[in-house]
Amino acid sequence: MVRVTFTENIQRHCMCPPSSVTGDTVRQVLDQVFAGNERARGYVLDDQGGLRRHMIVFVNGEAVHDRTKLSDRVTDGAELYVMQALSGG
Amino acid sequence: MSDRILVGTRKGLFTLERGKGAAALWKIAQADFLGVQVPMLLPDRRDGWVYAAVGHGHFGSKFHRSKDRGKTWEESTVPAYPPKPDDVPETRDVNRGIVIPWSLELIWSLETGGADEPGAIWCGTAPGGLFRSDDRGATWRMIRSLWDEPLRKDWFGGGLDWPGIHSVCVDPRDSRHVTVGISCGGVWVTRDRGETWKVSSQGMYADYMPPEQKYTQHIQDPHRLVQCPAKPDAMWVQHHNGVFLSTDGAKSWQDVPAARPSVFGFAVAVHPQKPDTAWLVPAVKDEVRIPVDGKVVVARTRDGGKSFDVLRNGLPQEHAYDLTFRHCLDVDEGGDRLAFGSTTGSLWTTDNQGDNWSLVTAHLPPVFCVRFG
Repeated sequence: MVRVTFTENIQRHCMCPPSSVTGDTVRQVLDQVFAGNERARGYVLDDQGGLRRHMIVFVNGEAVHDRTKLSDRVTDGAELYVMQALSGG
Repeated sequence: MSDRILVGTRKGLFTLERGKGAAALWKIAQADFLGVQVPMLLPDRRDGWVYAAVGHGHFGSKFHRSKDRGKTWEESTVPAYPPKPDDVPETRDVNRGIVIPWSLELIWSLETGGADEPGAIWCGTAPGGLFRSDDRGATWRMIRSLWDEPLRKDWFGGGLDWPGIHSVCVDPRDSRHVTVGISCGGVWVTRDRGETWKVSSQGMYADYMPPEQKYTQHIQDPHRLVQCPAKPDAMWVQHHNGVFLSTDGAKSWQDVPAARPSVFGFAVAVHPQKPDTAWLVPAVKDEVRIPVDGKVVVARTRDGGKSFDVLRNGLPQEHAYDLTFRHCLDVDEGGDRLAFGSTTGSLWTTDNQGDNWSLVTAHLPPVFCVRFG
């Protein structure tokens, strides 16, 4: 399972509780999370399905490389953290 | 006169209400979306609904609506660009070469459809997509005829990094007839509710372009386009390098060189019944963009632009650097009461077409949108 947590900052606008899901890529993991919280999808991803310009996803502390297709691999037991960048505020 | 003003700012939506009586003051009655940008608002006079574009810097644009005149809000569906087909080549900014995104960057205009189209809303965006809802923003469809227009490849950013549709004017005589203003893409007209479009900037000129492109219609930079509700063939444009007036429904535009103290600015408003009466909030042109001589003024014409009064009673006249963006000047349905807001968070109102102005507040966040509601 992959554990996914979200920045406190987003909770004010859209509740995103921590969750544990399956998936081999960042895309698959986030799709699983958003399947149960469709509203949150638009707060993290843009209308083309890529990561919003001022959002960052960390996998085990490392920022994802493929921000468009979210193809970065994820292994069982990984920790995903979704947060806003310092820019964009 | 309208006793309610909605002000969208860098840090929230502020609803102002005016008390009763001759000496009544405007007060902030309600604050919503605190901390979040509110770039565009639309009070729908047809049914009392109010719509707000909300721009989260990190989380993107959202669309909210209120069915009780702004007392309470619910998040609704935001217009979304459709997935970009793989076989469609990227569009690059013609001047800078960078890719123009196929994605919603900003909601830059919201206007109601005609009186015969309850629940219809038009939404202009950056980087240049136009959307329409027929159900008060529950669902949206992109007007592909304009997005797929071949000349769009020549549009470029003016004020924003990307081209944007900042003005939508629906002809009160015929709701199929819509005119939009695009920075920098000129003025475009549809007469079939968006099925087909024609560029309509004849007479405008672009001093900022090489001579060969000065009169090219589809790269003009109208900052703001407004239409006289009682005389819809009369339209005013505050352009990047001048003021233009059309009296034939945008078929042709005439330069208005008499605008003073400057022909540069962002906002323009037209009297709802008198097409020859219009207001501007001028600034030093282009590369400077501050009030001329540090004096905030409003310019008013009552003769179709032949002459202008420079109105300053009640406005700061010393070291005042307020700039009024394109959506920050509004006139109410009666035509005597106006309001305008500034980049420094000030808001002024008048009840006599600008002869005298009153400061309502100087402490709002930077103002993005002012609308009587």
